[in-house]
Amino acid sequence: MVLKVVDLGVARGGVPVLEGVNFAAAPGEAVVLTGPNGVGKTTLLRTLAGLQPPYSGRIILPDAEAIAYAGHADGIKAVLSVNENLRFWARVHGQADIADAVARFGLGELAARRAGGLSAGQKRRLGLARLAVTGRPIWVLDEPTVSLDKQSVDLFGAAVRAHLASGGTAVFASHIDMGFDVRVVDLTPFRARATVSRDYDEVFL
Amino acid sequence: MIALFIRDVRLAVRAGGGFGLGLAFFLIVVVLVPFALGPETALLSRIAPGVLWIGALLACLLSLDRIFALDFEDGTLDLIATSPLPLEGVCAAKALAHWVTTGLPLVVAAPVLGVLLSLPAAGYPWLVVSLLVGTPALSVIGTFGAALTVGIKRGGLLLSLLVLPLYVPTLIFGAEVARAGAGDLAVETPLVLLAAVTCVTIALLPFASAAVLRMNLR
Repeated sequence: MVLKVVDLGVARGGVPVLEGVNFAAAPGEAVVLTGPNGVGKTTLLRTLAGLQPPYSGRIILPDAEAIAYAGHADGIKAVLSVNENLRFWARVHGQADIADAVARFGLGELAARRAGGLSAGQKRRLGLARLAVTGRPIWVLDEPTVSLDKQSVDLFGAAVRAHLASGGTAVFASHIDMGFDVRVVDLTPFRARATVSRDYDEVFL
Repeated sequence: MIALFIRDVRLAVRAGGGFGLGLAFFLIVVVLVPFALGPETALLSRIAPGVLWIGALLACLLSLDRIFALDFEDGTLDLIATSPLPLEGVCAAKALAHWVTTGLPLVVAAPVLGVLLSLPAAGYPWLVVSLLVGTPALSVIGTFGAALTVGIKRGGLLLSLLVLPLYVPTLIFGAEVARAGAGDLAVETPLVLLAAVTCVTIALLPFASAAVLRMNLR
């Protein structure tokens, strides 16, 4: 399950933001993407997740359905309970068991609560617990630790470590130290020089 | 896909989900008509099928922008797009959930409201049949419109403008079935055409919806 990014260029709104990005992530490895705001971290992660096509270059995946993506928004339904939210994602991904995810992210006491009544950090934890019920090997996470307190960051770090130990891979954009070994890829040198858009037919939108 | 359908229905019937909104709107529109036109039974019974169809169509329109907009805002749509579910199936499941929570209650309520408009007795079964056959098309076309306008802030008005012209064939044949039924005329031709419109939209539009959704998520 090696994720390889070869000479990848990504574009946002038709304008290239990054080009010539190369990195690989083997099982058990975590890659952290860094760079100033607006450098294209989110765009790169969305491209990895398959939400938009690459502008140039290639993404080599062992399996098209290997990636579990978590963006800025958690995808939580406020009127459903924590359990119902997780069970929905588990069923979508053909998994049966959510107990493990609930335990790993410390959601046990919150399980029957309406997700709308959770704090921002608790919602984030629920959003991240969704990754554990997807059963997918490569986690692609965009600023996963936003609005998490120190304790929850540790909880998240432990969950990622457990995922890596079981042969998973993680690629995420983050600025804080997770407390375990990661490979840092600084995106600043890969900023696109060209600013002319190509093949962009969505201007009217 | 079944999980998505169940979740959508559950969200619709929970607090703030908008279930019953379309139904209440339908009720009010139909109740207002006799107030505006006067209590003239002969006139009301002649226009009843058309008024009920217009009412059902507008009530259906009311909840369309919720189909994708809510999932888009809270990030669920991105996550569903990266899940194993095919987007075509997602669109079909969402259209079905919309029909079950909006179209089906309208079908059930229509005969009751027919009484308010003194619909002739022969018209009731055909009114129900025409709505039952026609409203799925409204949901499927509406899902397509919702997919088109998903990224747009306050796209509800644009959605109505896009979708209403597409509703014309269903409205023509649906109201014709109800009208002909109420007047003891032959209903076969408009009914077959209405069913054909519904079948074609169900067969084709989930694919079109999925395609525009992919474009909008970029």
